Amino acid sequence: MLSIKNLNVKLEEEDKIILKGVDLEVEAGKVHAIMGPNGSGKSTLSYVLSGKGGYEVTGGSAELEGKDLLEMEPEDRAAAGLFLAFQYPVEIPGVGNMTFLRTAVNAQRKSRGEEEMSAAEFLKVVRAKAKDLKIDADMLKRPVNMGFSGGEKKRNEILQMAMLEPKMCILDETDSGLDVDAMKLVADGVNALRSEGRAFLVITHYQRLLDHIKPDVVHIMADGRIVKTGGPELALEVENNGYADILAEVA
Amino acid sequence: MTQPATQLTATEAMIAELQMPDTGWSKAARADALGRLRAMGLPERRDEYWKYTRPDTLIAPVAPKAAVFDNDEKPLFDDVDRLKIVFVDGVFDADASDDLTGEGLTIERLATATSDLHWARDFYGTLETNGQTPVARPLAALNTAFATDGVLIHVTGVVSKPVSLIYRHLSESSDAILHHCIKMDAGSELTVLENGPAAARFNKVMEVDVADNATFHHVRTQGRDHERRAATHIFARLGAESLFKSFTLTVNGVLTRNECVIELTGDDASAHVAGACVGDGVFHHDDTVFVTHDAVNCESRQVFKKVLRNGAVGVFQGKILVKAGAQKTDGYQISQSLLLDDDSQFLAKPELEIYADDVACSHGSTSGAIDEDALFYLRARGITKAEATNLLTLSFLAEAVEEIASEEMRDEINSRVAAWLERHRS
Ligand SMILES: Nc1ncnc2c1ncn2[C@@H]1O[C@H](COP(=O)(O)OP(=O)(O)OP(=O)(O)O)[C@@H](O)[C@H]1O
Ligand SMILES: [Mg+2]
Repeated sequence: MLSIKNLNVKLEEEDKIILKGVDLEVEAGKVHAIMGPNGSGKSTLSYVLSGKGGYEVTGGSAELEGKDLLEMEPEDRAAAGLFLAFQYPVEIPGVGNMTFLRTAVNAQRKSRGEEEMSAAEFLKVVRAKAKDLKIDADMLKRPVNMGFSGGEKKRNEILQMAMLEPKMCILDETDSGLDVDAMKLVADGVNALRSEGRAFLVITHYQRLLDHIKPDVVHIMADGRIVKTGGPELALEVENNGYADILAEVA
Repeated sequence: MTQPATQLTATEAMIAELQMPDTGWSKAARADALGRLRAMGLPERRDEYWKYTRPDTLIAPVAPKAAVFDNDEKPLFDDVDRLKIVFVDGVFDADASDDLTGEGLTIERLATATSDLHWARDFYGTLETNGQTPVARPLAALNTAFATDGVLIHVTGVVSKPVSLIYRHLSESSDAILHHCIKMDAGSELTVLENGPAAARFNKVMEVDVADNATFHHVRTQGRDHERRAATHIFARLGAESLFKSFTLTVNGVLTRNECVIELTGDDASAHVAGACVGDGVFHHDDTVFVTHDAVNCESRQVFKKVLRNGAVGVFQGKILVKAGAQKTDGYQISQSLLLDDDSQFLAKPELEIYADDVACSHGSTSGAIDEDALFYLRARGITKAEATNLLTLSFLAEAVEEIASEEMRDEINSRVAAWLERHRS
């Protein structure tokens, strides 16, 4: 599904190198988790994959189902099935959440040559999915993420994911800022989407989310590289002992 | 006061091109206005109030030509049940207009209202005269002196059907001067719509007296002609507990100066004036607003938003003057520009002058590009760059457009802006 080879990335404006040869293969149907110390490059990886400006790829490749992601515009990557749940969802004054969701759903459909969703059908679907995530009508009406609490913003990300039904979902610290119940809602939302044709890359600092969303593979990222890969037990090890042992071991 | 020779010449040169219409009752007011005009002289480039906008083409004795634009869009407000009054290059078009009759109001034309006992005798030019201090507005005095036509509306009740002034531009060298008077009795209500480019050069004054408890709504668009020029003035006086709301959409036009002069004279009155403009290339748009609070517990809002690209220029000069004794004034002013490239320019001069101690006034002015983070967020959801830019642009204008009370008209204005954005993609 997602194939990253020796990805090297620096900041466009400065000579700061952030990703130093990332290798990662995520197979369809699987859930991979990435953990790693603050500043190790996890969000940068997710931004570079989804096409945010400000970064320069100096080497390596990233493909989604064989398509070169790095050559595509952000909107084309989304239409190809890539989705990023942002660590910091953006507030957009003046654009209604509902308008935003419908525009996004229809833009992707259009770009894939599919028919647009009618207003009535869209409303029905969005209401049902919002209800599952305990997102009330008022939040749907408000401008995108405006005045949303941290947890509400994260649930709104998952609602977008549920509406867009992407193939490759990257969740960047979707669990941070969530209370215990909200974490369960988000995990249920993710689990409901798990399927043969879909893969997840879950960036997190905590084992707790991984209790709900059972990962197949866990990676540790440090200083711009994947330094260790293992099974779910690796997350438990981090939870119990921190990164010191792992980093010492690979150093 | 003697004027410098060059200014006198420019003023006299323009006056020499104009003819004062002979309508009995307005004679005195017109003669007065001519006197005012001569005393102040036409605006000059070095005038502080014209620092950001060159008046040259507005005061040239002969109007610069403006190509007639073939607008194939559905006419604005087409689905609104309204009373239509059509002017073509400043000339009343009886065939295209409705009968000038309606419930709760009388409408006459300036050019044909000849009775010597006419109410407008004591009205015409009065608010314009008041509006000449503390800042001179010579083009408005010129208008009062030489206006060839306009509507005189006396509103006595609650009028449900908007009065729709439609200005067509069919001659590339037309130079139109229209003057409207709207007298609203206590408790009356009226909506006035204006749309169209009007002429190659258009000088328009609208005087509105909103008596106690009356409500006046105004929604205006200024056509799509790229080469037209306009200098317009609104002079409004508000009585106690009255409401005045004016919104203007300007797309295109080589030069526009919209002045709005509002005086809140009765307690608990509310005045909102808003403008949205979008310009691409040769486009200079100037909003000059002066709101005077002279009563207790009044509210005023000025909301002006400009979207500029390809060297377009936006100007905002806005003032809130709170006179001594105008306690509990709530004054708000915001002027913002969205620059879609590095070539465009926004010049703003926001001013507050306050002589009362118990007031809440705020003003702000910003100029910026599209928010890159917001743009990326939208694109990451599959929305194309062009569509995302449009969404963010409409959302930038929203605070101004939301000043339109009618949802139907708001939607229509938004769809016009969206269509403009479609046509002006980068
Ligand atoms: N646009 C930028 N400008 C300057 N520095 C940047 C930028 N983007 C990333 N960095 C730097 O790159 C490094 C990696 O940042 P990144 O956000 O990817 O880390 P992270 O692993 O997601 O951390 P966290 O766990 O705290 O979210 C950090 O040192 C960060 O300061
Ligand atoms: Mg991060």
